Amino acid sequence: MLEAIITYEFLQNAFAAGILIGLIAPLLGAFIVVRRLSLIADALSHVTLSGIAASLFLSKTFVMFNGLNPLWLGMGFSVAGSLLIERLRAVYKHYQELAIPILLSGGIGVGVIFISLADGFNTDLFSYLFGSVSAVGRSDLYLITGIAVIVLLIVFLLYKELFLLSFDEEFGKASGLSTKALHLIFMVMTALVIAASMRIVGILLVSSLMTLPVAAAMRLAKGFKQTIGLSVLFGEIAVIVGLISAFYLDLAPGGTIVVSSIIILLAAIGYRNWFAVKKS
Amino acid sequence: MSHHVIELINVNYRYDKEQVLTDINLAVPEGAFLAVVGPNGSGKSTMLKLILGLLKSKGGEVKLFGKPISKFREWEKIGYVSQKANAFNTGFPATVYEVVASGLTKKAGLFSRVERKYKSEIIDAIQAVGMQDFSNRNIGELSGGQQQRVFIARAIVSRPQVLILDEPTVGVDAKNVQTFYDMLERLNVELGITLVLVTHDTGTVSNKITHVACLNNTLHFHGSAEDFEQVKDQDLSAFYGHDIQTIHHNHSHGVH
Repeated sequence: MLEAIITYEFLQNAFAAGILIGLIAPLLGAFIVVRRLSLIADALSHVTLSGIAASLFLSKTFVMFNGLNPLWLGMGFSVAGSLLIERLRAVYKHYQELAIPILLSGGIGVGVIFISLADGFNTDLFSYLFGSVSAVGRSDLYLITGIAVIVLLIVFLLYKELFLLSFDEEFGKASGLSTKALHLIFMVMTALVIAASMRIVGILLVSSLMTLPVAAAMRLAKGFKQTIGLSVLFGEIAVIVGLISAFYLDLAPGGTIVVSSIIILLAAIGYRNWFAVKKS
Repeated sequence: MSHHVIELINVNYRYDKEQVLTDINLAVPEGAFLAVVGPNGSGKSTMLKLILGLLKSKGGEVKLFGKPISKFREWEKIGYVSQKANAFNTGFPATVYEVVASGLTKKAGLFSRVERKYKSEIIDAIQAVGMQDFSNRNIGELSGGQQQRVFIARAIVSRPQVLILDEPTVGVDAKNVQTFYDMLERLNVELGITLVLVTHDTGTVSNKITHVACLNNTLHFHGSAEDFEQVKDQDLSAFYGHDIQTIHHNHSHGVH
Protein backbone atom coordinates (compact mmCIF):
# COMPACT_ATOMS: atom_id res chain seq x y z
CA MET A 1 0.00 0.00 0.00
CA LEU A 2 2.73 2.43 1.02
CA GLU A 3 4.48 1.79 -2.27
CA ALA A 4 1.31 2.54 -4.17
CA ILE A 5 0.88 5.80 -2.29
CA ILE A 6 4.44 6.84 -3.12
CA THR A 7 3.93 5.96 -6.78
CA TYR A 8 0.52 7.49 -7.51
CA GLU A 9 -0.24 11.14 -6.98
CA PHE A 10 -3.98 10.54 -6.90
CA LEU A 11 -3.53 8.22 -3.92
CA GLN A 12 -1.44 10.80 -2.12
CA ASN A 13 -4.23 13.32 -2.66
CA ALA A 14 -6.90 10.91 -1.49
CA PHE A 15 -5.06 9.91 1.67
CA ALA A 16 -4.00 13.44 2.57
CA ALA A 17 -7.56 14.68 2.08
CA GLY A 18 -8.95 11.66 3.93
CA ILE A 19 -6.72 12.21 6.96
CA LEU A 20 -7.69 15.89 7.13
CA ILE A 21 -11.38 15.01 6.89
CA GLY A 22 -11.02 12.21 9.42
CA LEU A 23 -9.82 14.92 11.78
CA ILE A 24 -12.24 17.80 11.20
CA ALA A 25 -15.49 15.94 10.49
CA PRO A 26 -15.61 14.05 13.84
CA LEU A 27 -14.18 17.09 15.67
CA LEU A 28 -17.07 19.27 14.58
CA GLY A 29 -19.36 16.25 14.70
CA ALA A 30 -18.89 15.98 18.47
CA PHE A 31 -20.47 19.43 18.85
CA ILE A 32 -23.13 18.66 16.23
CA VAL A 33 -24.23 15.46 17.96
CA VAL A 34 -24.47 16.89 21.48
CA ARG A 35 -26.38 19.87 20.13
CA ARG A 36 -28.79 17.42 18.44
CA LEU A 37 -28.12 18.89 15.02
CA SER A 38 -27.11 15.65 13.24
CA LEU A 39 -29.99 15.83 10.82
CA ILE A 40 -29.13 19.40 9.94
CA ALA A 41 -25.76 18.17 8.72
CA ASP A 42 -27.63 15.73 6.52
CA ALA A 43 -29.90 18.45 5.14
CA LEU A 44 -26.90 20.65 4.37
CA SER A 45 -25.17 17.86 2.49
CA HIS A 46 -28.16 17.59 0.20
CA VAL A 47 -28.05 21.32 -0.43
CA THR A 48 -24.38 20.87 -1.33
CA LEU A 49 -25.53 18.35 -3.94
CA SER A 50 -27.55 21.00 -5.73
CA GLY A 51 -24.47 23.23 -5.78
CA ILE A 52 -22.35 20.47 -7.26
CA ALA A 53 -25.03 19.63 -9.84
CA ALA A 54 -25.39 23.31 -10.74
CA SER A 55 -21.66 23.58 -11.21
CA LEU A 56 -21.45 20.45 -13.37
CA PHE A 57 -24.32 21.78 -15.48
CA LEU A 58 -22.72 25.21 -15.87
CA SER A 59 -19.32 23.87 -16.87
CA LYS A 60 -20.95 21.54 -19.39
CA THR A 61 -23.15 24.24 -20.94
CA PHE A 62 -21.08 27.39 -20.81
CA VAL A 63 -17.49 27.53 -21.93
CA MET A 64 -16.62 30.23 -19.41
CA PHE A 65 -17.35 27.89 -16.51
CA ASN A 66 -15.26 25.11 -17.98
CA GLY A 67 -12.76 23.84 -15.47
CA LEU A 68 -14.55 25.40 -12.53
CA ASN A 69 -14.06 23.19 -9.49
CA PRO A 70 -17.57 22.11 -8.40
CA LEU A 71 -16.40 22.23 -4.80
CA TRP A 72 -16.61 26.02 -4.84
CA LEU A 73 -20.25 26.16 -5.81
CA GLY A 74 -21.02 23.24 -3.51
CA MET A 75 -19.41 25.15 -0.67
CA GLY A 76 -21.33 28.31 -1.57
CA PHE A 77 -24.65 26.45 -1.62
CA SER A 78 -23.84 24.72 1.64
CA VAL A 79 -23.01 27.98 3.44
CA ALA A 80 -26.12 29.64 2.00
CA GLY A 81 -28.14 26.62 3.13
CA SER A 82 -26.79 26.93 6.67
CA LEU A 83 -27.95 30.54 6.82
CA LEU A 84 -31.32 29.61 5.34
CA ILE A 85 -31.81 26.94 8.01
CA GLU A 86 -31.41 29.60 10.67
CA ARG A 87 -34.03 31.78 8.97
CA LEU A 88 -36.44 28.85 8.76
CA ARG A 89 -35.87 27.90 12.38
CA ALA A 90 -36.74 31.45 13.36
CA VAL A 91 -39.90 31.40 11.24
CA TYR A 92 -41.13 28.05 12.63
CA LYS A 93 -40.18 28.63 16.25
CA HIS A 94 -42.24 25.75 17.55
CA TYR A 95 -41.47 23.35 14.70
CA GLN A 96 -37.76 23.91 14.25
CA GLU A 97 -37.18 20.46 12.77
CA LEU A 98 -39.30 21.49 9.76
CA ALA A 99 -36.24 23.28 8.41
CA ILE A 100 -34.63 19.87 7.84
CA PRO A 101 -37.13 18.28 5.40
CA ILE A 102 -37.55 21.61 3.63
CA LEU A 103 -33.84 21.92 2.87
CA LEU A 104 -33.35 18.19 2.34
CA SER A 105 -35.99 17.89 -0.33
CA GLY A 106 -35.21 21.33 -1.71
CA GLY A 107 -31.56 20.39 -2.11
CA ILE A 108 -32.33 17.13 -3.91
CA GLY A 109 -35.07 18.80 -5.98
CA VAL A 110 -32.84 21.55 -7.30
CA GLY A 111 -30.02 19.06 -7.72
CA VAL A 112 -32.15 16.71 -9.81
CA ILE A 113 -33.24 19.57 -12.08
CA PHE A 114 -29.63 20.48 -12.81
CA ILE A 115 -28.74 16.82 -13.31
CA SER A 116 -31.53 16.41 -15.87
CA LEU A 117 -30.53 19.65 -17.60
CA ALA A 118 -26.98 18.30 -17.85
CA ASP A 119 -28.35 15.11 -19.47
CA GLY A 120 -28.27 12.77 -16.53
CA PHE A 121 -25.69 10.99 -14.47
CA ASN A 122 -22.07 10.71 -15.38
CA THR A 123 -19.10 9.25 -13.56
CA ASP A 124 -18.17 12.66 -12.23
CA LEU A 125 -21.47 13.00 -10.43
CA PHE A 126 -21.27 9.44 -9.14
CA SER A 127 -17.96 10.25 -7.50
CA TYR A 128 -19.50 13.25 -5.77
CA LEU A 129 -22.40 11.18 -4.49
CA PHE A 130 -20.42 8.30 -3.03
CA GLY A 131 -16.85 9.53 -2.83
CA SER A 132 -13.86 8.52 -4.84
CA VAL A 133 -10.29 7.36 -4.34
CA SER A 134 -9.14 8.56 -7.71
CA ALA A 135 -10.96 11.83 -8.24
CA VAL A 136 -9.32 14.02 -5.62
CA GLY A 137 -7.21 16.53 -7.51
CA ARG A 138 -4.54 18.90 -6.26
CA SER A 139 -6.95 21.85 -6.29
CA ASP A 140 -9.41 19.82 -4.21
CA LEU A 141 -6.66 19.05 -1.75
CA TYR A 142 -5.68 22.70 -1.42
CA LEU A 143 -9.27 23.71 -0.76
CA ILE A 144 -9.75 20.92 1.78
CA THR A 145 -6.51 21.90 3.52
CA GLY A 146 -7.66 25.52 3.70
CA ILE A 147 -10.98 24.52 5.24
CA ALA A 148 -9.25 22.20 7.72
CA VAL A 149 -6.90 24.96 8.88
CA ILE A 150 -9.78 27.42 9.36
CA VAL A 151 -11.92 24.92 11.27
CA LEU A 152 -9.08 23.73 13.50
CA LEU A 153 -8.12 27.28 14.33
CA ILE A 154 -11.66 28.35 15.19
CA VAL A 155 -12.40 25.29 17.31
CA PHE A 156 -9.07 25.68 19.14
CA LEU A 157 -9.58 29.37 19.84
CA LEU A 158 -13.28 29.24 20.67
CA TYR A 159 -13.36 25.84 22.37
CA LYS A 160 -14.77 26.96 25.72
CA GLU A 161 -17.35 29.20 24.08
CA LEU A 162 -18.48 26.37 21.79
CA PHE A 163 -18.61 24.00 24.75
CA LEU A 164 -20.83 26.38 26.70
CA LEU A 165 -23.06 26.99 23.67
CA SER A 166 -23.51 23.23 23.31
CA PHE A 167 -23.94 22.37 26.96
CA ASP A 168 -26.21 25.15 28.16
CA GLU A 169 -27.08 27.94 25.77
CA GLU A 170 -29.21 29.84 28.30
CA PHE A 171 -26.42 29.94 30.86
CA GLY A 172 -24.10 31.14 28.12
CA LYS A 173 -26.47 33.96 27.28
CA ALA A 174 -26.88 34.86 30.93
CA SER A 175 -23.12 35.10 31.35
CA GLY A 176 -22.92 37.53 28.46
CA LEU A 177 -21.87 35.25 25.60
CA SER A 178 -23.13 36.33 22.17
CA THR A 179 -24.65 32.96 21.37
CA LYS A 180 -26.19 34.13 18.11
CA ALA A 181 -22.90 35.07 16.53
CA LEU A 182 -21.28 31.92 17.85
CA HIS A 183 -24.04 29.72 16.48
CA LEU A 184 -23.69 31.37 13.08
CA ILE A 185 -19.93 30.71 13.05
CA PHE A 186 -20.70 27.13 14.01
CA MET A 187 -23.22 26.63 11.18
CA VAL A 188 -20.87 28.08 8.58
CA MET A 189 -18.09 25.79 9.83
CA THR A 190 -20.45 22.84 9.50
CA ALA A 191 -21.24 23.83 5.93
CA LEU A 192 -17.53 24.09 5.10
CA VAL A 193 -16.69 20.71 6.60
CA ILE A 194 -19.52 19.10 4.66
CA ALA A 195 -18.22 20.59 1.43
CA ALA A 196 -14.70 19.42 2.24
CA SER A 197 -15.74 15.88 3.17
CA MET A 198 -17.86 15.00 0.18
CA ARG A 199 -14.89 14.44 -2.17
CA ILE A 200 -13.91 11.43 -0.06
CA VAL A 201 -17.10 10.06 1.55
CA GLY A 202 -19.60 11.46 -0.92
CA ILE A 203 -22.48 13.86 -0.45
CA LEU A 204 -24.96 11.21 0.60
CA LEU A 205 -22.70 9.87 3.34
CA VAL A 206 -21.02 13.01 4.64
CA SER A 207 -23.04 13.18 7.83
CA SER A 208 -22.01 9.63 8.74
CA LEU A 209 -18.43 10.74 9.33
CA MET A 210 -19.71 13.49 11.60
CA THR A 211 -21.99 11.28 13.65
CA LEU A 212 -20.94 7.60 13.71
CA PRO A 213 -17.47 8.07 15.28
CA VAL A 214 -19.03 10.40 17.86
CA ALA A 215 -21.77 7.89 18.64
CA ALA A 216 -19.08 5.26 19.28
CA ALA A 217 -16.95 7.63 21.36
CA MET A 218 -19.87 8.63 23.57
CA ARG A 219 -20.25 5.00 24.67
CA LEU A 220 -16.72 4.96 26.04
CA ALA A 221 -15.55 8.46 26.91
CA LYS A 222 -15.37 10.33 30.20
CA GLY A 223 -15.93 13.99 29.57
CA PHE A 224 -16.20 16.05 26.42
CA LYS A 225 -12.52 16.38 25.57
CA GLN A 226 -12.15 12.63 25.65
CA THR A 227 -15.27 12.30 23.50
CA ILE A 228 -13.64 14.54 20.91
CA GLY A 229 -10.34 12.66 21.11
CA LEU A 230 -11.93 9.24 20.64
CA SER A 231 -14.22 10.53 17.88
CA VAL A 232 -11.23 11.76 15.91
CA LEU A 233 -9.37 8.49 16.51
CA PHE A 234 -12.35 6.42 15.30
CA GLY A 235 -12.88 8.78 12.36
CA GLU A 236 -9.28 8.42 11.24
CA ILE A 237 -9.37 4.62 11.53
CA ALA A 238 -12.60 4.49 9.52
CA VAL A 239 -11.23 6.77 6.79
CA ILE A 240 -7.88 4.97 6.45
CA VAL A 241 -9.33 1.46 6.56
CA GLY A 242 -12.11 2.61 4.24
CA LEU A 243 -9.75 4.14 1.68
CA ILE A 244 -7.39 1.14 1.64
CA SER A 245 -10.20 -1.35 1.14
CA ALA A 246 -11.85 0.89 -1.46
CA PHE A 247 -8.58 0.99 -3.41
CA TYR A 248 -7.95 -2.77 -3.35
CA LEU A 249 -11.54 -3.90 -3.83
CA ASP A 250 -12.34 -1.15 -6.34
CA LEU A 251 -15.30 0.13 -4.34
CA ALA A 252 -16.65 3.62 -3.66
CA PRO A 253 -14.89 4.82 -0.47
CA GLY A 254 -18.12 6.33 0.90
CA GLY A 255 -19.44 2.81 1.36
CA THR A 256 -16.29 1.30 2.86
CA ILE A 257 -15.79 4.23 5.25
CA VAL A 258 -19.36 4.03 6.51
CA VAL A 259 -19.15 0.26 6.96
CA SER A 260 -15.86 0.66 8.88
CA SER A 261 -17.50 3.30 11.09
CA ILE A 262 -20.42 1.03 11.79
CA ILE A 263 -18.11 -1.85 12.74
CA ILE A 264 -16.30 0.49 15.17
CA LEU A 265 -19.65 1.65 16.56
CA LEU A 266 -20.87 -1.92 17.11
CA ALA A 267 -17.57 -2.81 18.77
CA ALA A 268 -17.88 0.20 21.09
CA ILE A 269 -21.45 -0.72 22.05
CA GLY A 270 -20.47 -4.37 22.52
CA TYR A 271 -17.42 -3.49 24.60
CA ARG A 272 -19.43 -1.21 26.83
CA ASN A 273 -22.17 -3.79 27.36
CA TRP A 274 -19.70 -6.59 28.03
CA PHE A 275 -17.81 -4.35 30.44
CA ALA A 276 -21.00 -3.34 32.22
CA VAL A 277 -22.06 -6.99 32.64
CA LYS A 278 -18.64 -7.93 33.98
CA LYS A 279 -18.70 -5.11 36.47
CA SER A 280 -22.08 -5.90 37.97
CA MET B 1 -23.81 55.65 44.32
CA SER B 2 -26.37 53.21 45.57
CA HIS B 3 -25.47 50.10 47.51
CA HIS B 4 -28.23 48.19 45.78
CA VAL B 5 -26.90 45.42 43.59
CA ILE B 6 -30.16 45.03 41.70
CA GLU B 7 -32.77 47.73 41.09
CA LEU B 8 -35.99 47.50 39.11
CA ILE B 9 -37.78 50.79 38.52
CA ASN B 10 -41.34 50.70 37.15
CA VAL B 11 -40.51 47.64 35.08
CA ASN B 12 -43.12 46.22 32.71
CA TYR B 13 -43.13 43.12 30.56
CA ARG B 14 -45.61 41.38 28.31
CA TYR B 15 -45.53 38.32 26.05
CA ASP B 16 -47.46 39.26 22.91
CA LYS B 17 -50.63 40.65 24.45
CA GLU B 18 -50.43 39.11 27.87
CA GLN B 19 -49.18 41.54 30.49
CA VAL B 20 -46.91 39.56 32.82
CA LEU B 21 -45.27 42.22 34.95
CA THR B 22 -46.75 45.61 35.79
CA ASP B 23 -44.81 48.47 37.37
CA ILE B 24 -42.35 46.37 39.34
CA ASN B 25 -40.18 48.28 41.80
CA LEU B 26 -37.56 46.27 43.60
CA ALA B 27 -34.23 47.08 45.21
CA VAL B 28 -31.96 44.35 46.48
CA PRO B 29 -29.29 45.51 48.95
CA GLU B 30 -25.83 43.99 49.02
CA GLY B 31 -25.60 40.83 51.11
CA ALA B 32 -29.34 40.17 51.11
CA PHE B 33 -30.97 36.76 50.79
CA LEU B 34 -34.13 37.58 48.88
CA ALA B 35 -36.86 35.01 48.34
CA VAL B 36 -39.24 35.68 45.46
CA VAL B 37 -42.53 33.89 46.01
CA GLY B 38 -45.81 33.82 44.14
CA PRO B 39 -48.18 31.45 42.35
CA ASN B 40 -47.35 29.77 39.03
CA GLY B 41 -47.53 32.17 36.11
CA SER B 42 -47.01 35.17 38.36
CA GLY B 43 -43.97 36.30 36.38
CA LYS B 44 -41.22 35.14 38.74
CA SER B 45 -39.02 33.57 36.08
CA THR B 46 -39.73 36.48 33.73
CA MET B 47 -38.47 38.90 36.36
CA LEU B 48 -35.25 36.91 36.75
CA LYS B 49 -34.76 36.85 33.00
CA LEU B 50 -35.12 40.62 32.89
CA ILE B 51 -32.46 40.95 35.59
CA LEU B 52 -30.17 38.55 33.71
CA GLY B 53 -30.62 40.39 30.44
CA LEU B 54 -32.19 37.33 28.79
CA LEU B 55 -35.30 39.42 28.14
CA LYS B 56 -35.58 43.16 27.57
CA SER B 57 -38.08 45.11 29.64
CA LYS B 58 -40.89 46.91 27.85
CA GLY B 59 -40.91 50.06 29.91
CA GLY B 60 -39.08 50.91 33.09
CA GLU B 61 -35.47 50.44 33.97
CA VAL B 62 -33.28 47.61 35.26
CA LYS B 63 -30.07 48.59 37.03
CA LEU B 64 -27.25 46.27 38.06
CA PHE B 65 -24.62 47.56 40.47
CA GLY B 66 -26.00 51.04 39.85
CA LYS B 67 -25.59 50.85 36.08
CA PRO B 68 -28.42 50.65 33.53
CA ILE B 69 -28.49 47.08 32.23
CA SER B 70 -27.78 48.21 28.65
CA LYS B 71 -24.43 49.55 29.83
CA PHE B 72 -23.65 46.71 32.20
CA ARG B 73 -20.76 44.51 31.07
CA GLU B 74 -19.45 42.78 34.19
CA TRP B 75 -21.60 39.71 33.85
CA GLU B 76 -19.06 37.62 35.77
CA LYS B 77 -20.35 39.39 38.91
CA ILE B 78 -23.69 37.63 38.50
CA GLY B 79 -24.09 33.87 38.76
CA TYR B 80 -27.19 32.06 37.54
CA VAL B 81 -28.69 28.68 38.36
CA SER B 82 -31.76 27.81 36.30
CA GLN B 83 -34.47 25.23 36.77
CA LYS B 84 -32.43 22.15 36.04
CA ALA B 85 -35.17 20.21 34.35
CA ASN B 86 -35.48 22.29 31.21
CA ALA B 87 -31.95 23.56 30.86
CA PHE B 88 -29.77 20.61 30.13
CA ASN B 89 -29.34 17.40 28.26
CA THR B 90 -28.55 14.69 30.80
CA GLY B 91 -26.78 12.58 28.21
CA PHE B 92 -24.18 15.25 27.60
CA PRO B 93 -20.71 13.70 27.84
CA ALA B 94 -19.04 16.25 30.11
CA THR B 95 -17.33 15.73 33.45
CA VAL B 96 -18.20 17.69 36.58
CA TYR B 97 -14.84 19.45 36.23
CA GLU B 98 -15.58 20.49 32.63
CA VAL B 99 -19.03 21.76 33.55
CA VAL B 100 -17.73 23.85 36.45
CA ALA B 101 -14.89 25.19 34.30
CA SER B 102 -17.45 26.40 31.76
CA GLY B 103 -18.64 28.91 34.37
CA LEU B 104 -15.42 30.83 33.74
CA THR B 105 -15.98 31.24 30.00
CA LYS B 106 -16.80 34.92 30.15
CA LYS B 107 -14.42 35.85 32.94
CA ALA B 108 -11.43 34.27 31.25
CA GLY B 109 -12.12 36.16 28.04
CA LEU B 110 -11.71 35.14 24.42
CA PHE B 111 -8.96 32.76 23.32
CA SER B 112 -7.76 31.79 26.78
CA ARG B 113 -7.75 28.24 28.12
CA VAL B 114 -9.57 28.12 31.44
CA GLU B 115 -9.05 24.58 32.63
CA ARG B 116 -5.39 25.01 33.50
CA LYS B 117 -5.28 28.72 34.24
CA TYR B 118 -8.04 28.62 36.85
CA LYS B 119 -7.43 25.14 38.22
CA SER B 120 -7.49 26.14 41.89
CA GLU B 121 -10.67 28.23 41.47
CA ILE B 122 -12.39 25.28 39.83
CA ILE B 123 -11.30 22.87 42.55
CA ASP B 124 -12.39 25.33 45.26
CA ALA B 125 -15.85 25.72 43.73
CA ILE B 126 -16.30 21.95 43.47
CA GLN B 127 -15.23 21.63 47.09
CA ALA B 128 -17.56 24.41 48.23
CA VAL B 129 -20.53 22.32 47.10
CA GLY B 130 -19.05 19.09 48.43
CA MET B 131 -18.63 17.36 45.07
CA GLN B 132 -14.84 16.82 45.12
CA ASP B 133 -15.19 13.03 44.95
CA PHE B 134 -17.14 13.32 41.71
CA SER B 135 -15.12 15.80 39.71
CA ASN B 136 -14.12 13.23 37.11
CA ARG B 137 -17.58 11.72 36.70
CA ASN B 138 -19.86 12.44 33.76
CA ILE B 139 -22.62 14.83 34.79
CA GLY B 140 -25.32 12.47 33.52
CA GLU B 141 -24.31 9.77 36.03
CA LEU B 142 -25.20 11.93 39.03
CA SER B 143 -28.49 12.27 40.91
CA GLY B 144 -30.66 15.35 40.47
CA GLY B 145 -29.48 16.89 43.73
CA GLN B 146 -25.83 16.29 42.90
CA GLN B 147 -26.29 17.79 39.45
CA GLN B 148 -27.83 20.88 40.97
CA ARG B 149 -24.84 21.25 43.30
CA VAL B 150 -22.57 21.09 40.27
CA PHE B 151 -24.58 23.90 38.67
CA ILE B 152 -24.15 25.98 41.83
CA ALA B 153 -20.40 25.35 41.62
CA ARG B 154 -20.46 26.46 37.99
CA ALA B 155 -22.28 29.63 39.02
CA ILE B 156 -19.92 30.51 41.90
CA VAL B 157 -16.62 29.58 40.24
CA SER B 158 -16.31 33.06 38.74
CA ARG B 159 -16.66 34.45 42.30
CA PRO B 160 -19.86 36.37 41.59
CA GLN B 161 -21.25 38.90 44.03
CA VAL B 162 -24.82 37.97 43.23
CA LEU B 163 -26.28 34.51 42.71
CA ILE B 164 -29.68 34.18 41.06
CA LEU B 165 -31.51 30.89 41.41
CA ASP B 166 -34.75 29.92 39.68
CA GLU B 167 -36.48 27.14 41.63
CA PRO B 168 -33.21 25.26 41.99
CA THR B 169 -34.71 22.39 43.97
CA VAL B 170 -37.11 21.19 41.28
CA GLY B 171 -36.13 17.55 40.71
CA VAL B 172 -34.09 17.34 43.92
CA ASP B 173 -35.36 14.69 46.33
CA ALA B 174 -36.93 15.98 49.50
CA LYS B 175 -34.26 14.75 51.90
CA ASN B 176 -31.56 16.68 50.05
CA VAL B 177 -33.47 19.95 49.84
CA GLN B 178 -32.53 20.94 53.39
CA THR B 179 -28.80 20.30 52.81
CA PHE B 180 -29.06 22.27 49.61
CA TYR B 181 -30.44 25.32 51.39
CA ASP B 182 -27.90 25.00 54.19
CA MET B 183 -25.24 25.27 51.53
CA LEU B 184 -26.91 28.39 50.10
CA GLU B 185 -26.98 29.93 53.56
CA ARG B 186 -23.24 29.34 53.89
CA LEU B 187 -22.63 31.10 50.57
CA ASN B 188 -24.71 34.03 51.81
CA VAL B 189 -23.32 34.31 55.33
CA GLU B 190 -19.72 33.19 54.89
CA LEU B 191 -18.90 34.41 51.40
CA GLY B 192 -21.26 37.40 51.51
CA ILE B 193 -22.89 36.52 48.20
CA THR B 194 -26.20 38.28 47.60
CA LEU B 195 -28.84 35.67 46.80
CA VAL B 196 -32.03 36.03 44.79
CA LEU B 197 -34.04 32.84 45.02
CA VAL B 198 -37.30 31.99 43.31
CA THR B 199 -38.84 29.19 45.30
CA HIS B 200 -41.88 27.32 46.47
CA ASP B 201 -40.04 25.85 49.45
CA THR B 202 -40.89 28.80 51.63
CA GLY B 203 -41.09 26.63 54.72
CA THR B 204 -37.51 25.45 54.38
CA VAL B 205 -35.94 28.82 53.60
CA SER B 206 -37.95 31.12 55.86
CA ASN B 207 -35.37 31.11 58.64
CA LYS B 208 -32.52 31.89 56.25
CA ILE B 209 -33.88 34.72 54.15
CA THR B 210 -33.53 38.42 54.89
CA HIS B 211 -36.00 39.78 52.36
CA VAL B 212 -39.20 38.65 50.68
CA ALA B 213 -40.82 39.70 47.42
CA CYS B 214 -44.36 38.51 46.70
CA LEU B 215 -45.11 38.60 43.04
CA ASN B 216 -48.36 38.20 41.20
CA ASN B 217 -47.88 40.22 38.02
CA THR B 218 -47.48 43.17 40.34
CA LEU B 219 -45.19 43.23 43.33
CA HIS B 220 -47.45 43.09 46.36
CA PHE B 221 -44.92 43.10 49.04
CA HIS B 222 -41.24 43.73 49.11
CA GLY B 223 -39.19 44.32 52.20
CA SER B 224 -37.26 42.74 54.97
CA ALA B 225 -38.57 39.56 56.50
CA GLU B 226 -39.37 41.47 59.70
CA ASP B 227 -41.51 43.96 57.80
CA PHE B 228 -43.21 41.01 56.30
CA GLU B 229 -44.20 39.89 59.76
CA GLN B 230 -45.88 43.26 60.33
CA VAL B 231 -48.16 43.03 57.33
CA LYS B 232 -48.99 39.37 57.72
CA ASP B 233 -52.43 40.18 59.12
CA GLN B 234 -53.47 42.03 56.04
CA ASP B 235 -55.45 40.16 53.46
CA LEU B 236 -52.34 39.20 51.50
CA SER B 237 -52.43 35.73 52.93
CA ALA B 238 -55.78 34.99 51.39
CA PHE B 239 -54.39 36.19 48.10
CA TYR B 240 -51.32 33.99 48.12
CA GLY B 241 -52.69 30.99 49.89
CA HIS B 242 -50.20 28.59 51.41
CA ASP B 243 -47.02 30.50 50.54
CA ILE B 244 -47.77 33.20 53.05
CA GLN B 245 -49.08 30.76 55.63
CA THR B 246 -45.89 28.76 55.52
CA ILE B 247 -43.65 31.73 55.95
CA HIS B 248 -45.82 33.07 58.74
CA HIS B 249 -45.75 29.75 60.53
CA ASN B 250 -42.01 29.38 60.32
CA HIS B 251 -41.30 32.78 61.69
CA SER B 252 -41.30 31.20 65.11
CA HIS B 253 -37.79 29.99 64.23
CA GLY B 254 -36.66 33.58 64.03
CA VAL B 255 -35.51 35.55 61.05
CA HIS B 256 -32.10 37.11 60.73
